[in-house]
Amino acid sequence: MPLAKRIIPCLDVTSGRVVKGVNFVGLRDAGDPVEIARRYNEQGADELTFLDITASSDDRDLILHIIEAVAEQVFIPLTVGGGVRRVEDVRRLLNAGADKVSINTSAITNPQLVADCAAKFGSQAIVVAIDAKAVTPENDRWEVFTHGGRNPTGLDAVAWAQRMQALGAGEILLTSMDRDGTKIGFNLPLTRAVSDAVNIPVIASGGVGNLQHLVDGVREGHADAVLAASIFHFGEFTVGQAKALMQQNGIEVRL
Amino acid sequence: MMTALHAKPVIAVVDYGMGNLHSVVKALELVAEGHAVVQLTRDPDVVQRADKVVFPGQGAMKDCMGELNASGLKQAVLAAAQSKPFFGVCVGAQLLLDHSEEGDTPALGFYAGEVKRFPDGQRDAEGQRLKVPHMGWNTVHQTRAHPLFAGIEDGARFYFVHSYYMQPADPALTLGQTDYPFAFSAIIGRDNVFATQFHPEKSHTAGLALLRSFVAWDGQS
Repeated sequence: MPLAKRIIPCLDVTSGRVVKGVNFVGLRDAGDPVEIARRYNEQGADELTFLDITASSDDRDLILHIIEAVAEQVFIPLTVGGGVRRVEDVRRLLNAGADKVSINTSAITNPQLVADCAAKFGSQAIVVAIDAKAVTPENDRWEVFTHGGRNPTGLDAVAWAQRMQALGAGEILLTSMDRDGTKIGFNLPLTRAVSDAVNIPVIASGGVGNLQHLVDGVREGHADAVLAASIFHFGEFTVGQAKALMQQNGIEVRL
Repeated sequence: MMTALHAKPVIAVVDYGMGNLHSVVKALELVAEGHAVVQLTRDPDVVQRADKVVFPGQGAMKDCMGELNASGLKQAVLAAAQSKPFFGVCVGAQLLLDHSEEGDTPALGFYAGEVKRFPDGQRDAEGQRLKVPHMGWNTVHQTRAHPLFAGIEDGARFYFVHSYYMQPADPALTLGQTDYPFAFSAIIGRDNVFATQFHPEKSHTAGLALLRSFVAWDGQS
Protein backbone atom coordinates (compact mmCIF):
# COMPACT_ATOMS: atom_id res chain seq x y z
CA MET A 1 0.00 0.00 0.00
CA PRO A 2 1.39 3.41 -0.89
CA LEU A 3 2.29 6.46 1.14
CA ALA A 4 -0.80 8.04 2.72
CA LYS A 5 -1.96 11.54 1.86
CA ARG A 6 -1.79 13.62 5.02
CA ILE A 7 -4.47 15.64 6.76
CA ILE A 8 -3.00 18.49 8.77
CA PRO A 9 -5.12 20.62 11.09
CA CYS A 10 -3.66 24.12 11.42
CA LEU A 11 -3.76 26.09 14.64
CA ASP A 12 -3.40 29.86 14.32
CA VAL A 13 -2.01 30.97 17.66
CA THR A 14 -1.85 34.46 19.10
CA SER A 15 -0.87 35.34 22.67
CA GLY A 16 -1.22 31.72 23.71
CA ARG A 17 -4.68 31.04 22.26
CA VAL A 18 -5.92 29.41 19.05
CA VAL A 19 -7.92 31.83 16.92
CA LYS A 20 -9.50 31.81 13.50
CA GLY A 21 -10.49 34.73 11.32
CA VAL A 22 -11.41 35.43 7.74
CA ASN A 23 -8.57 36.92 5.71
CA PHE A 24 -6.76 37.72 8.96
CA VAL A 25 -9.57 39.92 10.34
CA GLY A 26 -12.37 39.21 12.80
CA LEU A 27 -10.48 36.68 14.89
CA ARG A 28 -12.58 34.22 16.92
CA ASP A 29 -11.22 32.43 19.94
CA ALA A 30 -11.10 28.68 19.27
CA GLY A 31 -9.46 27.52 22.50
CA ASP A 32 -6.36 26.27 24.26
CA PRO A 33 -3.65 25.08 21.84
CA VAL A 34 -2.50 22.10 23.90
CA GLU A 35 -6.04 20.86 24.39
CA ILE A 36 -6.88 21.29 20.70
CA ALA A 37 -3.65 19.55 19.64
CA ARG A 38 -4.54 16.57 21.83
CA ARG A 39 -8.02 16.38 20.38
CA TYR A 40 -6.74 16.35 16.79
CA ASN A 41 -4.13 13.76 17.70
CA GLU A 42 -6.88 11.52 19.08
CA GLN A 43 -8.93 12.06 15.93
CA GLY A 44 -6.07 10.72 13.83
CA ALA A 45 -4.42 13.90 12.50
CA ASP A 46 -1.26 13.02 10.56
CA GLU A 47 0.61 16.16 11.59
CA LEU A 48 -0.13 19.48 13.24
CA THR A 49 0.84 22.93 12.07
CA PHE A 50 1.04 25.91 14.42
CA LEU A 51 1.06 29.34 12.89
CA ASP A 52 2.16 32.02 15.33
CA ILE A 53 0.33 35.19 14.34
CA THR A 54 1.27 37.07 17.52
CA ALA A 55 1.82 40.70 16.62
CA SER A 56 3.64 41.81 19.75
CA SER A 57 7.24 40.75 20.16
CA ASP A 58 6.62 40.55 23.94
CA ASP A 59 4.46 37.48 23.47
CA ARG A 60 6.73 35.73 20.94
CA ASP A 61 8.19 33.25 23.40
CA LEU A 62 4.74 31.93 24.29
CA ILE A 63 4.80 29.73 21.21
CA LEU A 64 7.94 27.99 22.49
CA HIS A 65 6.16 27.01 25.70
CA ILE A 66 3.13 25.82 23.76
CA ILE A 67 5.26 23.64 21.48
CA GLU A 68 7.11 22.21 24.48
CA ALA A 69 3.84 21.31 26.16
CA VAL A 70 2.35 19.80 22.99
CA ALA A 71 5.51 17.80 22.20
CA GLU A 72 5.32 16.14 25.62
CA GLN A 73 1.90 14.69 24.88
CA VAL A 74 1.45 14.46 21.15
CA PHE A 75 3.68 12.06 19.22
CA ILE A 76 3.08 13.09 15.63
CA PRO A 77 5.07 15.62 13.57
CA LEU A 78 4.71 19.27 14.55
CA THR A 79 5.37 22.21 12.22
CA VAL A 80 5.64 25.77 13.47
CA GLY A 81 5.65 28.97 11.44
CA GLY A 82 5.16 32.68 11.85
CA GLY A 83 7.72 35.38 12.48
CA VAL A 84 10.74 33.20 11.68
CA ARG A 85 13.54 35.56 10.64
CA ARG A 86 16.86 34.08 11.70
CA VAL A 87 18.63 30.73 11.91
CA GLU A 88 18.43 31.17 15.67
CA ASP A 89 14.60 31.37 15.54
CA VAL A 90 14.56 28.01 13.75
CA ARG A 91 16.94 26.46 16.25
CA ARG A 92 14.82 27.57 19.22
CA LEU A 93 11.63 26.16 17.70
CA LEU A 94 13.28 22.83 16.86
CA ASN A 95 14.74 22.62 20.35
CA ALA A 96 11.31 23.28 21.82
CA GLY A 97 10.04 20.17 20.04
CA ALA A 98 9.05 21.28 16.53
CA ASP A 99 9.99 18.83 13.77
CA LYS A 100 9.69 21.36 10.97
CA VAL A 101 9.79 25.12 10.83
CA SER A 102 7.94 27.08 8.20
CA ILE A 103 9.53 30.19 6.71
CA ASN A 104 7.36 32.65 4.81
CA THR A 105 8.14 36.37 4.42
CA SER A 106 11.79 35.97 5.41
CA ALA A 107 12.31 33.54 2.54
CA ILE A 108 11.40 36.44 0.24
CA THR A 109 13.40 39.15 1.97
CA ASN A 110 16.34 36.82 2.61
CA PRO A 111 16.33 33.63 0.49
CA GLN A 112 19.74 32.71 1.89
CA LEU A 113 17.98 31.98 5.20
CA VAL A 114 16.33 28.94 3.58
CA ALA A 115 19.69 27.66 2.31
CA ASP A 116 21.38 28.29 5.67
CA CYS A 117 18.65 26.55 7.65
CA ALA A 118 18.51 23.58 5.27
CA ALA A 119 22.28 23.16 5.53
CA LYS A 120 22.18 23.47 9.32
CA PHE A 121 19.09 21.45 10.23
CA GLY A 122 18.44 19.39 7.10
CA SER A 123 15.88 19.93 4.36
CA GLN A 124 13.40 17.71 6.19
CA ALA A 125 13.06 20.40 8.87
CA ILE A 126 12.51 23.36 6.53
CA VAL A 127 9.13 24.19 5.05
CA VAL A 128 8.69 27.25 2.86
CA ALA A 129 5.23 28.80 3.07
CA ILE A 130 4.02 30.50 -0.10
CA ASP A 131 0.94 32.73 -0.13
CA ALA A 132 -0.18 33.08 -3.73
CA LYS A 133 -3.11 34.37 -5.70
CA ALA A 134 -4.20 34.55 -9.29
CA VAL A 135 -3.14 37.68 -11.19
CA THR A 136 -5.03 36.81 -14.37
CA PRO A 137 -8.80 36.42 -14.83
CA GLU A 138 -8.11 33.02 -16.43
CA ASN A 139 -6.53 31.85 -13.14
CA ASP A 140 -3.47 30.64 -15.01
CA ARG A 141 -0.75 32.80 -13.49
CA TRP A 142 -0.15 33.30 -9.78
CA GLU A 143 1.94 35.73 -7.84
CA VAL A 144 3.46 35.46 -4.37
CA PHE A 145 2.00 37.92 -1.85
CA THR A 146 2.96 38.88 1.69
CA HIS A 147 1.12 40.47 4.64
CA GLY A 148 -2.07 38.47 4.34
CA GLY A 149 -2.34 38.94 0.61
CA ARG A 150 -1.95 42.73 0.61
CA ASN A 151 1.59 43.12 -0.70
CA PRO A 152 2.53 41.78 -4.13
CA THR A 153 6.13 40.64 -4.52
CA GLY A 154 6.37 40.37 -8.31
CA LEU A 155 7.42 36.72 -7.90
CA ASP A 156 5.77 34.00 -9.95
CA ALA A 157 4.48 31.36 -7.51
CA VAL A 158 5.56 28.34 -9.56
CA ALA A 159 9.05 29.67 -10.24
CA TRP A 160 9.37 30.68 -6.59
CA ALA A 161 8.48 27.18 -5.39
CA GLN A 162 11.13 25.74 -7.71
CA ARG A 163 13.70 28.20 -6.43
CA MET A 164 12.88 27.32 -2.81
CA GLN A 165 13.32 23.63 -3.63
CA ALA A 166 16.71 24.40 -5.18
CA LEU A 167 17.75 26.29 -2.03
CA GLY A 168 16.96 23.27 0.12
CA ALA A 169 13.33 23.52 1.23
CA GLY A 170 11.99 20.06 2.08
CA GLU A 171 8.33 20.90 1.63
CA ILE A 172 6.08 23.70 0.34
CA LEU A 173 3.07 24.96 2.28
CA LEU A 174 1.01 26.60 -0.44
CA THR A 175 -1.84 28.89 0.59
CA SER A 176 -4.41 29.99 -1.98
CA MET A 177 -4.44 33.53 -0.63
CA ASP A 178 -7.53 34.55 -2.59
CA ARG A 179 -9.37 31.63 -0.98
CA ASP A 180 -8.20 31.88 2.63
CA GLY A 181 -11.20 31.92 4.95
CA THR A 182 -13.70 31.87 2.08
CA LYS A 183 -14.76 28.23 2.41
CA ILE A 184 -15.02 27.80 -1.38
CA GLY A 185 -12.11 25.37 -1.68
CA PHE A 186 -8.45 25.46 -2.70
CA ASN A 187 -7.36 27.26 -5.85
CA LEU A 188 -6.90 23.92 -7.65
CA PRO A 189 -5.11 25.09 -10.82
CA LEU A 190 -2.57 26.92 -8.63
CA THR A 191 -2.10 23.89 -6.38
CA ARG A 192 -1.65 21.53 -9.31
CA ALA A 193 0.76 23.87 -11.12
CA VAL A 194 3.02 24.14 -8.07
CA SER A 195 2.80 20.48 -7.05
CA ASP A 196 3.61 19.27 -10.57
CA ALA A 197 6.51 21.71 -10.88
CA VAL A 198 8.47 20.56 -7.82
CA ASN A 199 9.79 17.24 -6.60
CA ILE A 200 9.21 17.97 -2.89
CA PRO A 201 5.86 17.47 -1.15
CA VAL A 202 3.26 20.25 -1.36
CA ILE A 203 0.68 20.95 1.33
CA ALA A 204 -2.46 22.65 0.03
CA SER A 205 -4.00 25.31 2.26
CA GLY A 206 -6.60 28.07 2.17
CA GLY A 207 -10.32 28.08 1.49
CA VAL A 208 -11.42 24.70 2.80
CA GLY A 209 -15.14 24.79 3.62
CA ASN A 210 -16.11 21.14 3.43
CA LEU A 211 -14.56 17.70 3.25
CA GLN A 212 -14.96 17.36 -0.51
CA HIS A 213 -12.52 20.28 -0.84
CA LEU A 214 -9.85 18.12 0.81
CA VAL A 215 -10.52 15.31 -1.65
CA ASP A 216 -10.31 17.79 -4.54
CA GLY A 217 -7.00 19.14 -3.25
CA VAL A 218 -5.45 15.69 -3.60
CA ARG A 219 -7.31 14.45 -6.68
CA GLU A 220 -7.41 17.65 -8.72
CA GLY A 221 -4.70 19.70 -7.04
CA HIS A 222 -2.17 16.84 -6.80
CA ALA A 223 -1.39 17.91 -3.22
CA ASP A 224 0.62 15.53 -1.05
CA ALA A 225 -1.11 16.83 2.08
CA VAL A 226 -4.07 19.06 2.86
CA LEU A 227 -4.27 21.60 5.64
CA ALA A 228 -7.39 23.09 7.17
CA ALA A 229 -8.28 25.08 10.24
CA SER A 230 -11.81 26.30 10.79
CA ILE A 231 -13.70 23.23 9.59
CA PHE A 232 -12.04 21.30 12.40
CA HIS A 233 -11.88 23.98 15.12
CA PHE A 234 -15.55 24.60 15.52
CA GLY A 235 -16.50 20.95 15.51
CA GLU A 236 -18.11 21.00 12.06
CA PHE A 237 -16.08 17.98 10.98
CA THR A 238 -13.58 15.62 12.55
CA VAL A 239 -10.30 14.47 11.03
CA GLY A 240 -11.75 10.96 11.03
CA GLN A 241 -14.67 12.06 8.83
CA ALA A 242 -12.25 13.72 6.44
CA LYS A 243 -10.22 10.52 6.16
CA ALA A 244 -13.30 8.39 5.64
CA LEU A 245 -14.39 10.55 2.69
CA MET A 246 -10.90 10.53 1.22
CA GLN A 247 -10.79 6.76 1.48
CA GLN A 248 -14.20 6.45 -0.23
CA ASN A 249 -12.68 8.46 -3.06
CA GLY A 250 -9.83 6.02 -3.45
CA ILE A 251 -7.23 8.13 -1.67
CA GLU A 252 -4.73 6.33 0.54
CA VAL A 253 -5.03 7.53 4.15
CA ARG A 254 -3.77 6.39 7.52
CA LEU A 255 -6.72 5.12 9.54
CA MET B 1 17.45 4.88 49.74
CA MET B 2 17.86 3.18 46.43
CA THR B 3 20.99 1.09 46.14
CA ALA B 4 22.87 0.43 42.94
CA LEU B 5 21.60 -3.15 42.98
CA HIS B 6 18.00 -2.00 42.78
CA ALA B 7 18.60 0.95 40.49
CA LYS B 8 16.30 1.33 37.55
CA PRO B 9 17.71 0.45 34.15
CA VAL B 10 19.17 3.38 32.27
CA ILE B 11 18.31 4.07 28.64
CA ALA B 12 20.91 6.40 27.17
CA VAL B 13 19.79 8.59 24.27
CA VAL B 14 22.95 9.54 22.41
CA ASP B 15 23.19 13.29 21.84
CA TYR B 16 25.92 14.13 19.35
CA GLY B 17 24.49 17.51 18.48
CA MET B 18 22.30 16.44 15.58
CA GLY B 19 18.80 17.76 15.84
CA ASN B 20 15.87 17.75 18.15
CA LEU B 21 15.93 14.88 20.62
CA HIS B 22 13.14 16.26 22.77
CA SER B 23 10.51 13.98 21.24
CA VAL B 24 12.61 10.82 21.48
CA VAL B 25 13.25 11.45 25.16
CA LYS B 26 9.62 12.38 25.93
CA ALA B 27 8.27 9.35 24.09
CA LEU B 28 10.64 6.99 25.93
CA GLU B 29 9.76 8.58 29.27
CA LEU B 30 6.07 8.15 28.53
CA VAL B 31 6.30 4.45 27.67
CA ALA B 32 8.85 3.66 30.42
CA GLU B 33 6.24 4.73 32.98
CA GLY B 34 8.91 5.32 35.57
CA HIS B 35 10.41 1.84 35.28
CA ALA B 36 13.53 3.09 33.49
CA VAL B 37 15.59 6.25 33.57
CA VAL B 38 15.92 7.99 30.22
CA GLN B 39 19.15 9.90 30.00
CA LEU B 40 20.04 12.26 27.18
CA THR B 41 23.82 12.24 27.09
CA ARG B 42 26.95 13.39 25.27
CA ASP B 43 29.18 11.42 27.59
CA PRO B 44 30.74 8.21 26.17
CA ASP B 45 31.02 6.80 29.71
CA VAL B 46 27.28 7.16 30.26
CA VAL B 47 26.63 5.37 26.96
CA GLN B 48 29.05 2.64 28.02
CA ARG B 49 27.38 2.14 31.40
CA ALA B 50 23.79 2.36 30.14
CA ASP B 51 21.62 -0.75 30.01
CA LYS B 52 20.14 0.23 26.67
CA VAL B 53 21.04 2.73 24.00
CA VAL B 54 18.93 4.77 21.62
CA PHE B 55 20.86 6.24 18.71
CA PRO B 56 18.87 8.95 16.89
CA GLY B 57 20.01 11.24 14.13
CA GLN B 58 18.67 13.71 11.64
CA GLY B 59 20.02 16.21 9.19
CA ALA B 60 22.91 15.73 6.82
CA MET B 61 24.80 12.42 7.02
CA LYS B 62 28.21 14.07 6.71
CA ASP B 63 27.50 16.39 9.65
CA CYS B 64 26.19 13.48 11.73
CA MET B 65 29.33 11.45 11.09
CA GLY B 66 31.53 14.49 11.70
CA GLU B 67 29.88 15.20 15.06
CA LEU B 68 30.07 11.55 16.02
CA ASN B 69 33.80 11.49 15.37
CA ALA B 70 34.44 14.84 17.06
CA SER B 71 32.41 14.02 20.17
CA GLY B 72 34.33 10.85 20.96
CA LEU B 73 31.03 8.93 21.02
CA LYS B 74 31.78 6.73 18.03
CA GLN B 75 33.48 3.90 19.94
CA ALA B 76 30.85 3.93 22.67
CA VAL B 77 28.08 3.67 20.09
CA LEU B 78 29.80 0.80 18.28
CA ALA B 79 30.42 -1.02 21.57
CA ALA B 80 26.76 -0.60 22.51
CA ALA B 81 25.61 -1.99 19.15
CA GLN B 82 27.74 -5.05 19.85
CA SER B 83 26.59 -5.68 23.37
CA LYS B 84 23.23 -4.30 24.55
CA PRO B 85 19.68 -3.54 23.40
CA PHE B 86 20.24 -0.87 20.79
CA PHE B 87 17.64 1.17 18.88
CA GLY B 88 18.75 3.29 15.90
CA VAL B 89 16.41 5.91 14.45
CA CYS B 90 16.55 7.47 10.96
CA VAL B 91 20.11 8.69 10.30
CA GLY B 92 21.05 6.76 13.45
CA ALA B 93 19.98 3.60 11.58
CA GLN B 94 21.65 4.61 8.30
CA LEU B 95 24.94 5.25 10.11
CA LEU B 96 25.18 1.55 10.96
CA LEU B 97 25.94 0.74 7.31
CA ASP B 98 29.28 1.23 5.49
CA HIS B 99 28.67 4.23 3.37
CA SER B 100 26.11 6.81 2.26
CA GLU B 101 25.67 8.43 -1.11
CA GLU B 102 24.68 11.57 0.82
CA GLY B 103 27.86 13.63 0.65
CA ASP B 104 29.79 10.41 -0.24
CA THR B 105 30.13 9.75 3.49
CA PRO B 106 31.84 6.73 5.07
CA ALA B 107 29.62 5.59 7.96
CA LEU B 108 30.18 3.31 10.96
CA GLY B 109 30.35 0.07 8.96
CA PHE B 110 28.71 -1.99 11.69
CA TYR B 111 26.86 -3.76 8.88
CA ALA B 112 27.93 -4.07 5.25
CA GLY B 113 25.67 -2.00 3.03
CA GLU B 114 24.91 1.27 1.29
CA VAL B 115 22.65 4.22 1.92
CA LYS B 116 21.27 5.41 -1.43
CA ARG B 117 19.16 8.30 -2.68
CA PHE B 118 15.65 7.76 -3.99
CA PRO B 119 15.70 8.54 -7.71
CA ASP B 120 13.72 11.62 -8.79
CA GLY B 121 10.77 11.29 -11.12
CA GLN B 122 9.47 7.92 -9.92
CA ARG B 123 5.76 7.14 -10.20
CA ASP B 124 3.50 4.75 -8.35
CA ALA B 125 1.22 2.13 -9.94
CA GLU B 126 -1.45 4.79 -10.58
CA GLY B 127 1.02 7.05 -12.32
CA GLN B 128 1.18 9.51 -9.41
CA ARG B 129 4.50 11.21 -8.97
CA LEU B 130 6.53 10.14 -5.94
CA LYS B 131 8.14 13.10 -4.22
CA VAL B 132 11.52 13.11 -2.50
CA PRO B 133 11.85 13.33 0.50
CA HIS B 134 9.63 10.34 1.13
CA MET B 135 7.58 12.16 3.76
CA GLY B 136 4.58 10.90 5.67
CA TRP B 137 2.89 7.73 6.89
CA ASN B 138 3.72 4.55 5.04
CA THR B 139 3.09 0.88 5.74
CA VAL B 140 5.79 -1.40 7.13
CA HIS B 141 5.66 -5.07 6.21
CA GLN B 142 7.23 -7.20 8.93
CA THR B 143 9.56 -9.49 6.99
CA ARG B 144 10.68 -11.47 10.05
CA ALA B 145 9.13 -12.18 13.42
CA HIS B 146 10.59 -10.00 16.16
CA PRO B 147 9.73 -9.46 19.85
CA LEU B 148 9.48 -5.68 19.28
CA PHE B 149 6.57 -6.25 16.88
CA ALA B 150 4.37 -7.41 19.78
CA GLY B 151 0.96 -5.78 19.48
CA ILE B 152 1.74 -4.12 16.14
CA GLU B 153 -0.10 -5.39 13.11
CA ASP B 154 1.81 -6.28 9.96
CA GLY B 155 1.38 -3.34 7.60
CA ALA B 156 0.95 -0.72 10.34
CA ARG B 157 1.83 2.82 9.25
CA PHE B 158 4.81 4.74 10.60
CA TYR B 159 6.06 8.27 9.96
CA PHE B 160 8.96 8.60 7.52
CA VAL B 161 10.93 11.61 6.40
CA HIS B 162 14.03 10.84 4.37
CA SER B 163 15.57 11.14 0.91
CA TYR B 164 18.03 8.26 1.34
CA TYR B 165 17.26 4.62 2.07
CA MET B 166 19.17 1.69 3.55
CA GLN B 167 20.35 -1.23 1.47
CA PRO B 168 22.14 -3.78 3.69
CA ALA B 169 24.33 -6.27 1.81
CA ASP B 170 22.81 -9.18 3.74
CA PRO B 171 19.06 -9.33 3.02
CA ALA B 172 18.60 -11.24 6.28
CA LEU B 173 19.27 -7.97 8.15
CA THR B 174 15.99 -6.53 6.91
CA LEU B 175 13.27 -6.88 9.56
CA GLY B 176 10.70 -4.63 7.89
CA GLN B 177 10.08 -3.38 4.37
CA THR B 178 8.28 -0.41 2.82
CA ASP B 179 7.45 0.34 -0.82
CA TYR B 180 8.34 3.66 -2.49
CA PRO B 181 7.64 2.36 -5.08
CA PHE B 182 10.27 -0.42 -4.80
CA ALA B 183 10.71 -2.26 -1.50
CA PHE B 184 13.43 -0.80 0.74
CA SER B 185 14.58 -1.69 4.27
CA ALA B 186 12.43 0.22 6.75
CA ILE B 187 13.93 -1.71 9.68
CA ILE B 188 17.30 -3.44 9.92
CA GLY B 189 18.87 -5.36 12.76
CA ARG B 190 20.06 -8.63 14.22
CA ASP B 191 20.38 -9.98 17.76
CA ASN B 192 20.38 -6.94 20.08
CA VAL B 193 20.10 -4.30 17.34
CA PHE B 194 16.86 -2.85 15.96
CA ALA B 195 17.08 0.22 13.74
CA THR B 196 14.27 2.01 11.94
CA GLN B 197 14.28 4.39 9.00
CA PHE B 198 11.00 5.84 10.27
CA HIS B 199 10.52 7.87 13.45
CA PRO B 200 8.80 5.79 16.15
CA GLU B 201 8.68 8.88 18.37
CA LYS B 202 6.50 10.57 15.72
CA SER B 203 4.41 7.53 14.81
CA HIS B 204 1.65 7.84 17.40
CA THR B 205 0.25 4.54 18.73
CA ALA B 206 2.31 2.13 16.61
CA GLY B 207 5.53 4.02 17.28
CA LEU B 208 4.93 4.19 21.01
CA ALA B 209 4.15 0.44 21.04
CA LEU B 210 7.52 -0.24 19.45
CA LEU B 211 9.33 1.92 22.01
CA ARG B 212 7.36 0.34 24.86
CA SER B 213 8.53 -3.10 23.71
CA PHE B 214 12.09 -1.81 23.46
CA VAL B 215 11.98 -0.61 27.08
CA ALA B 216 11.01 -4.14 28.12
CA TRP B 217 13.31 -5.93 25.67
CA ASP B 218 16.19 -8.16 26.82
CA GLY B 219 17.97 -7.90 23.47
CA GLN B 220 17.15 -11.45 22.32
CA SER B 221 15.57 -11.75 18.90
